[in-house]
Amino acid sequence: MSEQAPIVIVGTGLSGYSLVREFRKQDKDTPVVMVTADDGVSYSKPMLSTGFTKGKDADGLAQASTDAMEEQFGVQLRTFTTVTGIDPEAHELIIGDERLKYSKLVLAWGADVIRLTIAGDGQEHVFSINDLMDYRAFREALADGQKVAIMGAGLIGCEFANDLRNGDYEVDVIAPSEVVMPGLLPEPAANAVQQELENLGVRFHLGTVVDRIDRHNGGVRLTLANGESLEADVVLSAVGLHPRTGLAESAGVDVGKGIKVNRALETSAPDIYALGDCAEVDGHVLLYVLPLMACARALAKTLTGERTEVSYGTMPVMIKTPCCPTAVCPPPSGADGQWEVETEGTSVRALFRNSAGEVLGFAVTGRFAVEKQALSKEVPPIHN
Amino acid sequence: MKKWQCVVCGLIYDEAEGWPEDGIEPGTKWEDVPEDWVCPDCGVGKEDFEMIEIG
Repeated sequence: MSEQAPIVIVGTGLSGYSLVREFRKQDKDTPVVMVTADDGVSYSKPMLSTGFTKGKDADGLAQASTDAMEEQFGVQLRTFTTVTGIDPEAHELIIGDERLKYSKLVLAWGADVIRLTIAGDGQEHVFSINDLMDYRAFREALADGQKVAIMGAGLIGCEFANDLRNGDYEVDVIAPSEVVMPGLLPEPAANAVQQELENLGVRFHLGTVVDRIDRHNGGVRLTLANGESLEADVVLSAVGLHPRTGLAESAGVDVGKGIKVNRALETSAPDIYALGDCAEVDGHVLLYVLPLMACARALAKTLTGERTEVSYGTMPVMIKTPCCPTAVCPPPSGADGQWEVETEGTSVRALFRNSAGEVLGFAVTGRFAVEKQALSKEVPPIHN
Repeated sequence: MKKWQCVVCGLIYDEAEGWPEDGIEPGTKWEDVPEDWVCPDCGVGKEDFEMIEIG
């Protein structure tokens, strides 16, 4: 056994830890090494946008220390360790001058936040949140602030807008789209969420972008393309994520929008797998919890020697805007059909039906949000 | 009576309280919760809950 190279997992986010949790349910003995560029503290990323609402700071959102994770799962953790390359032929992970042998390699290293290049000297006030360490830095910056400007009105921008209002911060949201969460929510549902966020005190500046961020009064002044200007203590950039593909691509592994894997989570290179925010699974890049958990379960089986394909069911997305509870299951892109919308104030039930009357997607807000489970059963699964 | 916690979002299912909003009566044991019940907060399934010690 000691001759056998370990299974190496790169990444200790929800993907890496969910995978090892599932794997250890079936295999207690095979050595596993987990490598992470950050501190390896276990946390649940979707919860980062609920800190104020749940009364938790960065420490409160941490679920377990690295020592606890090592003991619970019988793995060796290597924190603050940056992978610099992969040698698929030799089955080696390259960490600077070191080469780490693997029997199987799992890439669970997530996505990078997209950083916009914006003019002005106020960049040190701009934060983005993609992990618990980012969140800790953000909360520290907020400690002496009152006003937050959020760039981006997607799911993350809207969730943080709600959470920061619950923490009594003033919130401005700036985004180029004319509606919130474009591409995710049909317009009537988006309007409902925006309305409730406005009722909560969030100020929206849509259809424009931030041109400059300059130091001002200990904080910053943001100059918008539409001529407006506003002040903030902290700027949160939430303009999107890009799956991390660079090292895989350099190693000759096929990449598309993410690291390409089939339904068995196999990359184009032997014994290298990928899941989570870095992976493009059978053509799907879904940066949400449900696909990730499904992948973790399938891959855990595969790693024990029982090759298993993931089967995506219906994948509703819960949007954590407590002021307007919302769930959405977007129809497949390019699907034929139309939205059928029922609206009662800011409660919206939008069903996407094809010509045969079948529901292919939905969005529900407000008091209709409780119907999400029932509706999910009507929508055909992604994989039949 | 035991408690079960969602590994993703930390939501707790307490057998003593059940989950009346989804028609699960107080006192319903975890194994009797329907297999297709999902976490009301984050949508993951029963397999993503773990038993926790009673406080």
